[in-house]
Amino acid sequence: MKRRARENDEAARKVTRRALFLGGCQAAFIAVLGARLRYLQVDQAEQFKLLAEENRISIRLIPPARGQIFDRKGVLIAGNEQNYRVTITREGAGDVETVLRRLSEGIPLSEEDIQKTIRETRRRSAFVPHIVAERLTWEQLSWVSVNAPALPGVTPEVGLSRTYPLDEDFAHAVGYVGPVSENDLAQLESPDPVLQIPKFQIGKIGVERRLEDALRGKAGSRRIEVNAAGRVMRELDRREGVEGADIVLTLDAQIQNYARIRMEEHSGSAVLMDVRNGDVVALTSAPSFDPNLFVRGISNPDFRRLMDNDHRPLSNKSVQGAYPPGSTFKMVTALAALEAGVITANTTVYCPGYYEAGGRRFHCWKRAGHGSCDLTKGLAESCDVYYYDISQRVGIDAIAAMAERLGLGVRHDLPMSAISEGLNPNRAWKQEKRGQEWRIGDTINASIGQGYVLSTPLQLAVMTARLSTGRAIEPRLVHSIGGVEQPVAEAPPLGLTPDHLRNVQRGMWAVLNQRTGTGWSSRSEDKAMLIAGKSGTAQVRNISAAERARGVIRNDQLPWNRRDHGLFVAYAPSDNPRYACSVVLEHGGGGGVAAPMARDILLFALSGGIPPLSAYPQNQRGRIESHQQSLPLRAPETFSGTRPTRA
Amino acid sequence: MSYLDYSVKRAPTGLRKFLHMNWALALLLGTIGSIGVLMLYSVAGGDFSTWAEPQMERLIIGLVAMILMGLIPIWFWRNMAGLAYGGTFILLVGVELFGTVGMGAQRWIELGPLRLQPSELMKIALAMMLAAYYDWLDPKKVSRPLWVLAPLLMILLPVSLVLRQPDLGTSLMLLGGGAAIMLVAGVHWAYFAAVLAMIGGAVSSVFIARGTPWQFLQDYQYRRIDTFLDPSADPLGAGYHINQAKIAIGSGGWAGKGFMEGTQSRLNFLPEKHTDFIFNILAEEFGFVGGVSLLMLYALVIIFCIWTAIQARDRFASLVVIGISAAFFFYFAVNLAMVMGIAPVVGKPLPLVSYGGSAMLVVLMGFGIVQSAHVHRLR
Repeated sequence: MKRRARENDEAARKVTRRALFLGGCQAAFIAVLGARLRYLQVDQAEQFKLLAEENRISIRLIPPARGQIFDRKGVLIAGNEQNYRVTITREGAGDVETVLRRLSEGIPLSEEDIQKTIRETRRRSAFVPHIVAERLTWEQLSWVSVNAPALPGVTPEVGLSRTYPLDEDFAHAVGYVGPVSENDLAQLESPDPVLQIPKFQIGKIGVERRLEDALRGKAGSRRIEVNAAGRVMRELDRREGVEGADIVLTLDAQIQNYARIRMEEHSGSAVLMDVRNGDVVALTSAPSFDPNLFVRGISNPDFRRLMDNDHRPLSNKSVQGAYPPGSTFKMVTALAALEAGVITANTTVYCPGYYEAGGRRFHCWKRAGHGSCDLTKGLAESCDVYYYDISQRVGIDAIAAMAERLGLGVRHDLPMSAISEGLNPNRAWKQEKRGQEWRIGDTINASIGQGYVLSTPLQLAVMTARLSTGRAIEPRLVHSIGGVEQPVAEAPPLGLTPDHLRNVQRGMWAVLNQRTGTGWSSRSEDKAMLIAGKSGTAQVRNISAAERARGVIRNDQLPWNRRDHGLFVAYAPSDNPRYACSVVLEHGGGGGVAAPMARDILLFALSGGIPPLSAYPQNQRGRIESHQQSLPLRAPETFSGTRPTRA
Repeated sequence: MSYLDYSVKRAPTGLRKFLHMNWALALLLGTIGSIGVLMLYSVAGGDFSTWAEPQMERLIIGLVAMILMGLIPIWFWRNMAGLAYGGTFILLVGVELFGTVGMGAQRWIELGPLRLQPSELMKIALAMMLAAYYDWLDPKKVSRPLWVLAPLLMILLPVSLVLRQPDLGTSLMLLGGGAAIMLVAGVHWAYFAAVLAMIGGAVSSVFIARGTPWQFLQDYQYRRIDTFLDPSADPLGAGYHINQAKIAIGSGGWAGKGFMEGTQSRLNFLPEKHTDFIFNILAEEFGFVGGVSLLMLYALVIIFCIWTAIQARDRFASLVVIGISAAFFFYFAVNLAMVMGIAPVVGKPLPLVSYGGSAMLVVLMGFGIVQSAHVHRLR
């Protein structure tokens, strides 16, 4: 027993030793855990605190309200309308389909809409709201609110959406907005994060696009706490954004509306400028389209209809269309020759109906010829031979330089998309672009605005404004941005000899106010609103000698797209110019259609409404009165709105 | 030794047993359990009834059960060892055949309203069995190969069954608890050295066998090891849990974010936050101070157990206390190492703190035997 006890004692001591050893190991490991805890919570605490904050805090942008666009008198051109919509969350609805079926009793929902919404809500997290229907009426929204208890998960919301109350009037000048596309993002160097907001609208063309930065404003932000699934738990704080700047344009909505309606079914453009400061008062391109279609997402048939139209409604012809200016270019040739000193106002050229140069015969539009022509007669009766002749004396380079001085072939930077530069051809240009020598015939064609010469309606208006004032008027479309008026420097003189300019102006006066003038029938008889101008016809086809022998086919017997372009430039009042106007009608069959249009627009602008019949020649008044009444103009009250001051 | 060798006279009897109970240990366990209840209250976002209330009820039941078990003489437990081991083993086999699959593993057996996790019970049963074995065995023979082989089999048989469930964490605890008893019982160092060498070989072979048809671990276990080794490689996938767990602990800083202010838990960045990752909530809301305090409480439990083991005159009592405390140690050490990102995620809860009824009851039953050993330490 004693030995047994000793053995037991020995075994017990061993148990003690080993138990202490085991406890030591365990303590060591606990120490390791403690050290790890210290490392995480003391040494690395700052880093982990940061990570935890990043986890929980998310920044959401508040889209800014887009700046509104007004005309010069404060009429709203582009505004933001409240867009009533209804959203649904899967979490709130439970049975999405049943709720949608109930919802379809109050708001129009097609079977397709319902299926699409069900699919969408399944695809996303349960708490993400999905837009069921947009642009509801107030009645529909009220219905949803009243029936809320029966529509779990359905929330009526109000968003902002762009609207163009004057729809077609400013489609080209102001443009439109649409949802941000991949393409839009790709074009920006560092896209504003606000563009990533679903359904955010960005300017697509025109002023809306070019002045996007000012119009967009700055997004505000909300710092919110989110959980692991991304659900918003609460708002921590909020920084308000900056609303987009309101823009006031130089355009006059009422004149714009008249100009567009007056274009009727034609394809073309009319530009009206204030010659005192370059303000573009009207800028239309016909036919037009409703920009609201694009904001809402244009339907395929609608888009196809616009694309397939041979009158190209989507094209902004006033700045994008480059046309041969035809006879409206003749002032350029005349001024170039006068300034070069190769002719005087009294220099006469004999017109037998044609002009021979370089072994070719160039015809005047009047086969019988004009006889002896001086500058005034050359402009008034638009004798081609006169210009063929003087262009040979002055040379193409001087003509091209004068064209540029008058604003042709120059890119006038209005906030619009795809502005065309036009073209003033000269020797160097032909050599460089065509690799050909300049020929006599090229000068002769250019002298009457044919051949290579191309001008946009805007450029023609600028030219007219410069001719009427002798100053280097620059067109201006934006009056103020966010209340800050855009600087307008007084246009410097062009440096033309005043006598020469006066002689050209007299010729332009004679076009409308002499019985022999090409624009006689489009004259104004109101002494305070006399019009000076110049007609133009631009051939779009060559007339061969054989054709000429047979007799030139009259325009109205040709298919539309082979007819001549009709142009007219004018300013009024002729003794104290206020407005300059250009009208270009594609295949409009000569200046005879364009001229009355230019007159009507000028008279409308000068008289601030439908022109009085007394301004028209006696024999036209009856026809014009009924025509005036037939124009589907907007009611004058539409344009009485004044710009609201924003809160 | 048979129970006749005990000096019955010197063991406390009747109500006097209460005086000899290790009340400090009971208080310690109650404190740890209460911390668990508090954290469960926080995890539920201030709701008492979700987790905290049932947990508190089970804590009280468990503590009462522990004290009642402490009143039962230690030799009763020794005599029960074979029965307990055999019965639990049969239950383990039963799980294998009829068990309920939960969380991708067969762990439970349902007996009416009772959900039994035999692998948990096995921790106690194995400790009892091995302690009884070494109590029976002549101390001089403990290092003889044949007498080493027998306890090894007692350990490996249930371990292999638990591994098949598959439950790596519990297997490790069984191995650890068993090895602790063998160590304290006096098995020669050389065996342990050899086993450690073999484990080294086994670990390398586990990795070499990966991808072959006879790979030892399940695919998900391999993936857990991968993510453990480099959690940042897959921050939104499998590594997400470990990263978020570390962020929760680390962002608690020195003093924590305050009770119920833990953003990681409140905003659901933490996974399994009421079970496996509850320590992270404690560390996030009470900081380093809170985390180390809990660690100290656990360390004190181990110290009390070792003290009881050394004091006990009875060899069975010493060894069973060592086995149970070692299993408990491995239990919380594996969980803490896992949630602190120094061990792979094996999916083991934190004993006494994590939500879970069966686990808490079994742990407190184990401490009931420890109390019994303490009461009957026969000074």
